[in-house]
Amino acid sequence: MRGEKPRLVSEDGIRHDGRRLDELRTIKMEVSILSNASGSAYVEFGKTRVIAAVYGPREPPQRYMVLPHRAVLRCRYHMAPFSTDERKNPAPSRREIEISKVIREALEPVVVSEAFPRTSIDIFIEVISADGGTRTAALNAASLALADAGIPMRDLVAAVAVGKVNGYLVLDIDQVEDSYGEADMPVAMAPSLNMVTLLQLNGVLTPQEFSQALSMAFRGINEIYRLQKETLRNKYLVKVE
Amino acid sequence: MSVTPTSPDSIIPRLKAETLSTLIKKGVRADGRGLEDFRELKIITNYLPKADGSALVKLGDTQVLVGVKLELGSPYPDTPEEGVLVVSAEFVPTASPAFEPGPPDENAIELARVIDRVLREYGVIDVSKLVIVPGRRVWVIWIDIYVLDHGGNLIDASAIATLAALLTTKIPKYTVTENESIQIDKSSHAGSLPVVRKALTVTVGKLSDSLIVDPTIEEEKVVTAKLVVGVGEDGAIAGLQKSGDGYLTLQEVEKAIELALRKGSELLSKVTEFLKTLEAASTESAEVSSVEEGGSSRNSSNA
Repeated sequence: MRGEKPRLVSEDGIRHDGRRLDELRTIKMEVSILSNASGSAYVEFGKTRVIAAVYGPREPPQRYMVLPHRAVLRCRYHMAPFSTDERKNPAPSRREIEISKVIREALEPVVVSEAFPRTSIDIFIEVISADGGTRTAALNAASLALADAGIPMRDLVAAVAVGKVNGYLVLDIDQVEDSYGEADMPVAMAPSLNMVTLLQLNGVLTPQEFSQALSMAFRGINEIYRLQKETLRNKYLVKVE
Repeated sequence: MSVTPTSPDSIIPRLKAETLSTLIKKGVRADGRGLEDFRELKIITNYLPKADGSALVKLGDTQVLVGVKLELGSPYPDTPEEGVLVVSAEFVPTASPAFEPGPPDENAIELARVIDRVLREYGVIDVSKLVIVPGRRVWVIWIDIYVLDHGGNLIDASAIATLAALLTTKIPKYTVTENESIQIDKSSHAGSLPVVRKALTVTVGKLSDSLIVDPTIEEEKVVTAKLVVGVGEDGAIAGLQKSGDGYLTLQEVEKAIELALRKGSELLSKVTEFLKTLEAASTESAEVSSVEEGGSSRNSSNA
């Protein structure tokens, strides 16, 4: 599809960066990284780096932008000009507008928005380094930032993308695998509630491949979910002597 | 920035919402359909005299017009031997009291991008056949989706209209002169657009434990989440998009996809069958101009 396809998965199932097919990249997570925001988080998946900030619940700048029975969520996914190989125009692209929408819709089911009528909960995500899987890293960060802001949630949302590369299903695809691969499927879940809150597929899969890809995503999501909880526990759990 | 919808369009009387929900949970719909039934579908191809390909699709009360225009352009540097595909969608203010004039909002952008992905990734058009001067001049296929009347399920209606318009698109006749200047003669054509594989979408709506296809605009207000499934003619999943503020369980995702693939293949054969009879009719009556074809109702059919 995009010129010569390089070999990205070896015969014995080792990927171009040395990972196994079902292996996540090196993940780092941190919360409360910003002083002004109500809650914030930093998430790193290999060379993909994302910052999320949550402001609110607060009165939105336009007062008509409220609902009488719940808070509205406002969400912006944005890529910094220096996050990509070639400088990205900072004006929001169609891609960023769509991703802002699917991220907001992935968080709506877990945020207890009924607790804050006539307010706005704002989620701002900045991708500072993009190397594939930015929307899923963004969701992991946004979910942590909401928790860090103390906003009541039914569950955390954890997300990862599964791809198809050289005919193999691979977990947590990076930029090279996405550019030369056959399919990219980001998935987000609230794992304890069995809620799939984001699901996209860019590419073609048979129904059998899809089922396998979904199970692979599910296992990755549970691992990420565990790391998210650990991050919050490390920050907030006080040891009683 | 994406904001939880606050417009009056997203509110219907609670009593009506409850009625719709109760019915769906019982396995029936307000308009008498079963949960897995599409509304009546009408397709009129060659609807527009000035477009290189066009189709008007009516799916219940929803009307979508798609115009395809071919223009000369440069290929992308990373795909020098491929034509270019551009999909845009406009939710024109004629279609709904909630649509305002202005640049496409997130819903229009999402619709266009979902259809773009299905066409592109499934390889509906053989873009390698759209090269005029390799690396320099290629055909740019502009697909413009015009939502004229919003009666629900805009993505599926748009996908059907896009496929029908592409299948009737003609490539204008052109001549390449020695100094690589290209002359286009739009009065005659050099053949059909190379549509090599067919795909469309089926949107499955979830309401508590029930899954429905082809929701009306009112049903869309009670459906908590939708899963748009790209369906290829070989039964492959040609794209996915969960849309809406709700969720699906893992089991519901699998069920929704199974349902979408089943309904999608039915829908694809209906659309293909209809376009075939249309093609046969037009070759019989030899010189039917596209204007007449588009204007007459004999070309519309209940597919």
